[in-house]
Amino acid sequence: MLRLEGLTKRYPTGDEALKGVDLEVPKGQVLALIGPSGAGKSTLIRCINRLVEPTGGRATLDGMNITALGVGGLRQARRRMGMIFQEYALVERLTVMENVLSGRLGYVGFWRSWFRKFPQSDVDEAFRLLDRVGLAEMCDKRADELSGGQRQRVGIARALIQDPALLLVDEPTASLDPKTSRQIMRLICELCEERGLAAIINIHDVLLAQMFVPRIVGLRLGEVVYDGPSDGLSPDVLTEIYGEEDWEATIKKDPDGDDGVDGVEIDRERLEGLI
Amino acid sequence: MPVRVEADIKVWQRRDRNKQLAIWGGWFAGVLLFAYCWQIISVNTTWFFVWDSPRIAADIGSRMVPPRWEYIYKIWDPLWDTINIATLGTMLALFMAVPVAFLAARNTTPHAYLIRPVALFIIVSSRSINSLIWALLLVSIIGPGVFAGTIAIALRSVGFCSKLLYEAIEEIDHSQVEAIEATGASRWQIMAFGIVPQIMPALAGISVFRWDINIRESTVLGLVGAGGIGLQLSSSLNILAWPQVTLILIAILITVVVSEWVSAKVRHAII
Repeated sequence: MLRLEGLTKRYPTGDEALKGVDLEVPKGQVLALIGPSGAGKSTLIRCINRLVEPTGGRATLDGMNITALGVGGLRQARRRMGMIFQEYALVERLTVMENVLSGRLGYVGFWRSWFRKFPQSDVDEAFRLLDRVGLAEMCDKRADELSGGQRQRVGIARALIQDPALLLVDEPTASLDPKTSRQIMRLICELCEERGLAAIINIHDVLLAQMFVPRIVGLRLGEVVYDGPSDGLSPDVLTEIYGEEDWEATIKKDPDGDDGVDGVEIDRERLEGLI
Repeated sequence: MPVRVEADIKVWQRRDRNKQLAIWGGWFAGVLLFAYCWQIISVNTTWFFVWDSPRIAADIGSRMVPPRWEYIYKIWDPLWDTINIATLGTMLALFMAVPVAFLAARNTTPHAYLIRPVALFIIVSSRSINSLIWALLLVSIIGPGVFAGTIAIALRSVGFCSKLLYEAIEEIDHSQVEAIEATGASRWQIMAFGIVPQIMPALAGISVFRWDINIRESTVLGLVGAGGIGLQLSSSLNILAWPQVTLILIAILITVVVSEWVSAKVRHAII
């Protein structure tokens, strides 16, 4: 459904953030994008919806070449790509409801949005989504009154109300505590499954990625160096992606593995957040 | 070099010797300049008048009290005019200032090399001319009265408001704008949802602050015939009616104190 062909981004400073990335995401597939800071993860997903203009290559969504679209076409294409941000990027001084409804801006004319006269169907959908992400009571609160986890839920609702085919998720858990991180990751993955959405999730936390996401793509210095199932992450692969380090404790253990107690201990502690 | 090695101990100082000497040299030059200027001023001052000034001030002061309270009935109207000049002038200024600010801010200007300089020029020219001078010009163009005063206040305030507002626009959190952009919003919707909510507190603060300044500025506009309490002040001064002057000054003082109180309250409520 989403296909990247030789996607390249060179910043005016000469830094090459993406060096010809090829990637294909079939409909309904969730993939995690891992890699060290500066590997180009954020640039990659921003090049897909052109918040950052790629300098070369193509990105096509259902056969439509996003990279070649004009202003109007790009707006229409962006409606089909919901985005979730690391620092939530909610409009702090607007209410939760306004933030969620802002996901419909691509569908609603200027004056209707200015006077907040969104169609009733959009409002119904907003209430449904707020209920789904567990914030039904919060719709009148201002975004800056919410906690981190609640804000990210609003961010998710805002992305989903766009009725997207694809979610671009940029470090959804980087500002959250371990337990909330898991809840948010689970919520995103569940919603993708419910709605048959594809998603690209940038994530730092390898264990969290393995826990929820079947396919992992490793990015290093703007190039894809690993693309495979999450079980396939071995210390060698992580060394390839991140560089030399002792990776044993980072990787999810086989249930019947007889590895060091420490790793299992850490694993269990982290899993307690789930219950 | 701030770090010297003396007998195997690293000694750290804030500045190295040359920089320290340069700073002392700068201070020395400053003191010399001050002494020189003081001398010039001293030569050009008629010290007799200066020594005499306490007596004159005491004399005028004694004529100024008690204030002529019954004159208050003559200044209610001009006082009301003054407040109206300030309020309407501020509102007019805001109507002009908001678009100019958007054109001047680096992140919202349609064109950084064609339109931004024009907007900056508007801001600078409005700010560089005092409202009294605007009033003088406008009184000769559109005739004396409250209208000239209002326009003078508005023209003077445009630059101030736009400058503060465009700085606020440049300081907004870009990620919120990005998020709105990513939904497929149009250019105007990005402005309405991504930028406007972020600058609302600044806009409110700036308008009340400017209104407060304008109350003070509009009290003198009458001196050049642009309406308001200044007209009474200048005519009272001309006929040496000192008790009336006192009353007008008291009235201005109270108005300014009240306006400052209001603006502090409003700003506090918004931010």
